[in-house]
Amino acid sequence: MPEKTENLRPEEKRTEGLLTEELSAGYGKRVVAGGVSLNVAPGEVMALIGCNGAGKSTILKTIAGQLSALFGRVCYLGQDRETLTAGERAKRCAVVLTDRIRPENMTGRDVVEMGRYPYTGCFGLLCDADRERADEAIRFLLAQDVADRPFAELSDGQKQRLLLARAVCQEPRILVLDEPLSFLDLRYKLEILERIRVLAAARHMAVILSVHELDLARQVSDVLACVADGKITRVGTPEEVFADGYLLRLFNLPEGALDGSTGLIRLPGVKRKPEVFVICGGGSGLPVFSRLVRLGVPFAAGILPAHDIDYPAAKAQAAVLVELPAYGEAGAEDLRQAEKLIDACGEVLVPLETFGPGNRWQKELADYAGKCGKEAPCSV
Amino acid sequence: MTNVRKRWIPVLTGLILALAALAFWNLYAGSTKIPVSRIFAVLSGHTADESEAAVILKIRLPRILCAMLAGGALSVSGYLLQTFFANPIAGPYILGISSGAKLFVALVMIAFVSRGIALSACAQVLAAFAGALLATGFVLLISLRVRDMSVLVVCGIMIGYAASAVTDLLVTFADDSNIVNLHNWSQGSFSGLNMTDAALMAAFIVPACAAALLLSKPVGAYLLGENLAASLGVHVRWLRVALILLSSLLSATATAFAGPVSFVGIAVPHLMKTATAEARPLVLIPVCFFGGAAVTLACDGLARVLFSPTEVAASSVSAVILAPVVIAMMIRRKGARSA
Repeated sequence: MPEKTENLRPEEKRTEGLLTEELSAGYGKRVVAGGVSLNVAPGEVMALIGCNGAGKSTILKTIAGQLSALFGRVCYLGQDRETLTAGERAKRCAVVLTDRIRPENMTGRDVVEMGRYPYTGCFGLLCDADRERADEAIRFLLAQDVADRPFAELSDGQKQRLLLARAVCQEPRILVLDEPLSFLDLRYKLEILERIRVLAAARHMAVILSVHELDLARQVSDVLACVADGKITRVGTPEEVFADGYLLRLFNLPEGALDGSTGLIRLPGVKRKPEVFVICGGGSGLPVFSRLVRLGVPFAAGILPAHDIDYPAAKAQAAVLVELPAYGEAGAEDLRQAEKLIDACGEVLVPLETFGPGNRWQKELADYAGKCGKEAPCSV
Repeated sequence: MTNVRKRWIPVLTGLILALAALAFWNLYAGSTKIPVSRIFAVLSGHTADESEAAVILKIRLPRILCAMLAGGALSVSGYLLQTFFANPIAGPYILGISSGAKLFVALVMIAFVSRGIALSACAQVLAAFAGALLATGFVLLISLRVRDMSVLVVCGIMIGYAASAVTDLLVTFADDSNIVNLHNWSQGSFSGLNMTDAALMAAFIVPACAAALLLSKPVGAYLLGENLAASLGVHVRWLRVALILLSSLLSATATAFAGPVSFVGIAVPHLMKTATAEARPLVLIPVCFFGGAAVTLACDGLARVLFSPTEVAASSVSAVILAPVVIAMMIRRKGARSA
């Protein structure tokens, strides 16, 4: 059910970036993805998200020309890629794939310098300007520390930074990245993410990438394109795509397994008769929830208004949640419901430390638990 | 970085010096003792003794040139094959390509000789080329099915054995006296080659090596894998065809004249890569050529003098010297993989 098969942008931008029209991608006669119409303007980052095997890599490989299009066309800067020479294509589009390479006797710098291929002469000799570009790219991708070591001996993350530097050194207008953030540790994920934004913003590249981490996809991309079963099912800004729980359907996730505002995933809680009641709010409940989920203990939580930081997690992980509308106040009915749950539970945890007019009902609940002798020390 | 990058210069210089020294040694050594001074006299054209001049100019010099050309060709052929398969355990001999060439030369030779036609050297090269291409085609067919290089090498060795066995059979049952030469040749030897042979070898090998050198830019990109190479603008399919044609032509030419010379194609490129720490084909192709030339010339020299006056096949010497290199290389590679 394609809801918006094409992200509409001003017409003049279409000719400058990357455009695919009704593209079918696959291997031989086997069509993996079809009807792919995407448009990435210069300065824009588009992330493809979707399950494993949905066709993201196949689409990217077809855009980069590793696979030939079975149907439809791919345009680089307004020109059909089939009408361009190999050299022109290489100057317009660079790609980082997930292939593992083990070149003998090559340093990281040698690999990066190969990005100058479309610009060098018949023997591929580099001039000083080429070396300067390579050096710049290495510094830009923070790969100085590993550039002069043998490429084959580097870790996957180090190789990834060098391969990205190689693509940047190619000075393309379009950058195709297949899972560029895999293998990178947290620091480099963050730094490379930022670099990708810079490439788009400062160098006006049209960037299309696939990424598995939704939280990162949300932060890096201007446009998200959802891929499911070889179709583009939704295209839009991250805010649009994350709305109305669409991603849960895209990834076949149970309710609450994905935080809609950040894109982070969480383990689902045990949905049985609750054994523990958590009186929480303002973020105090989050570590307690994680611990209970980890231990496999079904729990109830309350009484939380819908705007509380604890609310999304409680909604997803608690077996029972006594909830209020946002900025609502608990009435006698809510209190009675919570007290009944406390009666049924063997233990009550109160990570909440501050009580005030905004949550005075929590104080009443805590007192009630104390009276019943069920309040347990809440050590996290 | 810069000091590593320049290592090829001393290596190449050393190889050329070694080649010159080996060439001189090969001129000097042999059953007919000719003093050094008279060798120079013959080379500079002031000759007194006709028979000495004949030994040097008609027997030893062409043989030296042929050994150098064949060795260089085999080594470059091995380098191109290793690049093609993205694997150092590849070479014209080990993949059965030399033996395929040998079989075809024997077949054509016997067919012609039995009809009373002497086989021209050029036809011999063409036959060898056809045989080399057939054997390569066979290896390629297998490589489409199995990605495992060790399976490929075993298949290559099997093809080599089968082709050699058929050649031996042909040689054994061929009754013509001309075929006696064939026996010598099929063992991998440079004996009996003349200046015309050397010129013809050069006519095939020099352009083929030059073509390989012209391909050094795309070959360099191909080292990063075919997908990346394609994204950089390399026409990968053409490049692959060119690599196969050139490597087959080079090993076929060497085989047509000298028979299969074992392990030069696999061991020398490996030794040269280790010595220079280089990946650039523009550097490695010439280095491999001179390395192969020097190693083969040394092997041929040893083949002549070791059991003098009895001569052994150059291929036997190269097998004894280079097999340990190949084994060491495989062990190192296995070790690197498990690490």
